[in-house]
Formats: sequence, structure tokens, C-alpha cells
Amino acid sequence: MATEVGPTSVKAPASGGAPIHHAPKGVGEDNRIATQGRWAAWLLAPTIIALSVVIVYPIITAIVMSFQKDAGLDPATGLFVEGGPAGFSNYINWIFQQCPAPSGGTVDCPPGTLGAQFWSATGTTFFFTIVTVALETVLGFWMAVIMARAFRGRSLVRAAVLVPWAIPTAVTAKLWLFIFAFEGIGNKLFNTSILWTGSEWPARWAVIIADVWKTTPFMALLILAGLQMIPAEVYEAAKVDGATAWQRFRMITLPLVKPALMVAILFRTLDALRMFDLPYILTGGANNTTTLSILVINQIRQGFNAAAALSTITFIIIFLVAFIFVRFLGANVVEQQTGAGKGKK
Amino acid sequence: MTAATSAATELRAEQDRGRKVAQNREKWASGRTYISAVVILFWCLAPAYWMVVTAFRDVGYTYDTSILPTHVTLDNFKTAFDTSFGNHFGQALLNSLFIGTVVTVVSLIIGVFAAYALARLNFKFKYLVLGFILGASMFPGVALITPLFQLFTNIGWMGTYQALIIPNISFVLPLTVYTMTSFFREMPWELEESARVDGCTQGQAFRKVIMPLAAPAIFTTAILAFISSWNEFLIASQLSSDATQPVTVAIASFAGAQPNQIPYTAIMAAGTIVTIPLVILVLVFQRKIVAGLTAGAVK
Repeated sequence: MATEVGPTSVKAPASGGAPIHHAPKGVGEDNRIATQGRWAAWLLAPTIIALSVVIVYPIITAIVMSFQKDAGLDPATGLFVEGGPAGFSNYINWIFQQCPAPSGGTVDCPPGTLGAQFWSATGTTFFFTIVTVALETVLGFWMAVIMARAFRGRSLVRAAVLVPWAIPTAVTAKLWLFIFAFEGIGNKLFNTSILWTGSEWPARWAVIIADVWKTTPFMALLILAGLQMIPAEVYEAAKVDGATAWQRFRMITLPLVKPALMVAILFRTLDALRMFDLPYILTGGANNTTTLSILVINQIRQGFNAAAALSTITFIIIFLVAFIFVRFLGANVVEQQTGAGKGKK
Repeated sequence: MTAATSAATELRAEQDRGRKVAQNREKWASGRTYISAVVILFWCLAPAYWMVVTAFRDVGYTYDTSILPTHVTLDNFKTAFDTSFGNHFGQALLNSLFIGTVVTVVSLIIGVFAAYALARLNFKFKYLVLGFILGASMFPGVALITPLFQLFTNIGWMGTYQALIIPNISFVLPLTVYTMTSFFREMPWELEESARVDGCTQGQAFRKVIMPLAAPAIFTTAILAFISSWNEFLIASQLSSDATQPVTVAIASFAGAQPNQIPYTAIMAAGTIVTIPLVILVLVFQRKIVAGLTAGAVK
């Protein structure tokens, strides 16, 4: 760790607008922070402006759009309508699965239409997220523990786990599609004859297996980095005190690796909630593998505004999950980022 | 006397036994470690190996399941670049290179300043800015695509390079900023001050001391940024045209001679071409990349 000095020390009040009230030095410190603040503003401006243009502006536009009616043929009159304010009708369309009826008013969306798929897509998205993140956490932890041990060939293993990570998701999807082909190596290896992409559960498991293969390495490397920050002496002391391997794992490894683990789980969860490429290419969203992201994409060409409402709902869901993680499960990303946890090491 | 000797022998025997048990346990433990390592190697490498083997296999033997390479041919690579079935793989490779390079360079130039400020300076709202950038990196792509789709349709940007590059920057820039911030925080900045004391100007200190030290960090971040842009699919699948599509889209929509037969061998060849440079890059810079990947999460 770099031993930083003066105002750059992590222990200095980083977000401190509060003036420091001690003697003559305080004035200089204030000036220093003010100067640095001015510098920081200039240096940060390009990034903030760029992100505002490419993220904040589209978000606001999407929210505005979601309250507009899609232009199209009015089912009641058969005439072309321009759109206009829609109130919450786009949201009602998704959440209560109500579609406009030809006679005016709304009816339950007929099965098969996109409007009828919101809850099943939400369910699928959460199912994928929970199962993949759980599997990745367990497998990733196991891989990390192995990679943390000293043995010959360790660097080979550490290099090998980067291979699935480096393969683009689109290629991963096609590769697993081939492995899961009816006459493919997957069925041959397990001596089965499953039509993997042909029905609900095989298709879902195909997506899950491919996703776990692709992203476990990332999890494993994050956990490994956390493991390596635990000093070896702690383990030795515990050994001397007669702690069993299981006790050492439960009382030392888990609590000390928890901050890194929580951040890894948070990153992966948010990533899984927006899953798109893999199911889109692997199954095309057929057989109940349509995630929320796929549903948005399918909706775009049928009406921007309804799609905007759905993408806003997706955004809110992801935001809420992130909030729960940070607020209640203690995944303090910003603290980790700013190095406030550094002192603990 | 005999009692004492026998007690001593017994003790020694006991110790020997104890040592043997410990040795055995150690051997057993390292044996298990090796078995686990082999399982990990197989799980990570076998599918990738299968892609390469299939890429070199004659199309007539697509579903051959022998583990070693059989019916080896280079035809699939020719098929991958063939444009007669409406595929544009060669063009797509160039597009991905171009988009990836622009996105990486722009993100680095913009991001390096922000990272310097976040790592080195003290200012109000630092946490707010960090939270904003981290939030941006976890932002769902679909939330951007709808307004961008409409906006780009209205201003006639659909299928242009800028329509692909601009949203891509929104994904890559936050990643660049927080990776570089972590790297910068670890750098020995005292050297900059020492250089000043030794009579360098601030500019000289930056050029001659800091830049050479920061170069590896910037380079690693560039690799991560490029890989991230190279992998992008969601935005590109909706906003690109045949002329501007990147490789991910080209591979996802790869068509064969028969409409209902997926040309797996050619797709695996294309996949191999797309993947091999990345894998080599990643293996060569393994240490740096792992440091960069995990920089945001621990420390």
C-alpha cells in the first residue's frame, strides 16, 4: 500500500466540505481543498459530461416516452392515431397485463402477446439470476480456494480460468448451442438424447450451464483476490490454538473474505439481471427463457413507448436489488472503491 | 531402566507414527488439490478446445465426436469469410477493430483525468461522483436502447458507426475510470514530489517519472476496455447494419447454405478467429489483467 502523505491520505476527510477547526493551519488546509476541488472539477468534467450525454439523457427520455401512447392503429376505430399522453397505461399494460380492447377499455392480454409475458419474463430473469449466481458463488469459491494453495502448476490453472472469460458471450452461446446440439458432444458424453433447446427445463439448464461456465472465472478471481489479503499468520495462530479446518474456514476465511465476496455477488447479480446475449442467441427466448431484456428488445419494433416503460421497470428492479444489497447486506462498493477499508487490510 | 527405555522407544514410535500420519495427510491433501486442479482445467478448457477442434474439422463430419482432431481441414476458415450466403465476417472483424479502438482511445483519454482526480485529489462530493460512476457501470443496457433506437431513427443515424460507438462508451468509460483509479491509488506518488525537490518542473516530473510508471496501468486498462467493447452485443444487434455490424452480431446471425442447417464448423472457425487473439493477449498479460479485473472489488 502506498504510504500517502498530506491531503491525499485516505484518512483525511475525503468528502469533507467541513472546514477543519484547528489553529492557523486550518486556513491553508481549506485553501488546499478548495484548489484541489477546482482541479477535480476540471478533470472530472469530461467524464461527467460524457456519462450524462450517454446515460442520463437517454434515461430521462425513456421515462418521458413511457408516459406517451404509441402511435399506431386504434383497435377501436381502425384509424391511425398519433399518440399523445398515455398516463400509466403503458405500465398497466405490463404489470397488470392489460391490453387495449377493440371495444375500448382494456382486456387481459391474450396469451402469446408480449404484454402477457411480463411476469413470466420477470420470473425467468430472477430464476436465472438466483441459480447462476448461487452456482457461481459456490464453484467460484471452490476454485479460488484451490488457486490460493501453493502447488506446482498453479499459474497454469490461473491462466486457464481466464479462457472462458476472454471468449465473447456471442461465441460462447454458439459454442454451447453446438455442444448441446442433438447429435452434439453433450448428449454423447452423458449418453443422453435430450433435445436441449426444445423444451423448457433443458433449455433453461443449457442457458444456466453456459452462463456458469463463462462467468465463474470472474467470480473466482474476485474471491481469490479477497483470500490473498488474509495474512497467513492468522491461520497459523488459529492452528496453534487447535482450530479445525472447518472452524478456520468458518471463523477466519468467511468473515475476512466477506467484503470482497459481497461485492463479487453484487456485480454478478446485477449482471445476471440484465442477461441478454446468452439466452437470445442460445434459445432465442423460446421455451420460457425470455428474460426482461429480451422482452424489451422484442417490444421495441412493436412500439417504442411501451418498450420504454418496460425498460424503465427493468431499471427500477435492478436499482432496487442493488439498493437492497448495499443497504441491508453490507456490500459497500463505494467504501471498497475509495480504499476506506484499506486500513483493515 | 528398561521401563525408561521402553517408554522412550514408545514415545519415538508414537512420534514416528504421528509424523507419518501428518505426512500422509499432507500427501492426501496435495493429491486432492491436484485432482481439483485437473477438474478446473478440464471444465475451463474442454469447451474451448472443442471449438478449436470443430473449427478444423471437415464440414461433412460436423458431429464427429472423437476427442482428437479428425478430418482436419482449413476450409471452414474460408467458409467463414465467404460472403455468398449473406455473411459479412471479414467486414465485421474490421468493424469490431475500428469500434473497439475508437471506444478504447476515447474512454482512456477522458477517463484518465477523472481517475487521477479520484485517486489523488481531495474534494467535495467525491463519494457522490464515485457512486455515480459505479452506478453507471452496472446500468442495464436495455434501459438505453429504447430512447437511442428512437433518437437514432429520427436523426438518421441507424446503422452508422457513431450509433454503435457512443452507447459503447457509456459501458466502457465507467469501467476505465474505476480500474484506473484503483491502479493510480497504488502508485508511488512520493516519487513525483522527490523529482520536484530534485529540481524538475511539475510537467517534467509528470512526464519523466509518473508517465513511465503509469504506462502499465493504462495499458492494462486499455486491454480490459477493448475486450469489453469487443464483446458488446445488445446495442450492436439492434443499431447496426450489414455494413457496420461487429463480429458478435455477425457470428450470432451466421447463415449457411441451407437455411435450416446451422453451419457449426464455419461458426466455430469464426469463433476461433475472434477468440484466439484475445486469449493470447489475456495469457501474456495474465497478472496485470487479473489485477485490473479485481481492482474495483477489493483493496
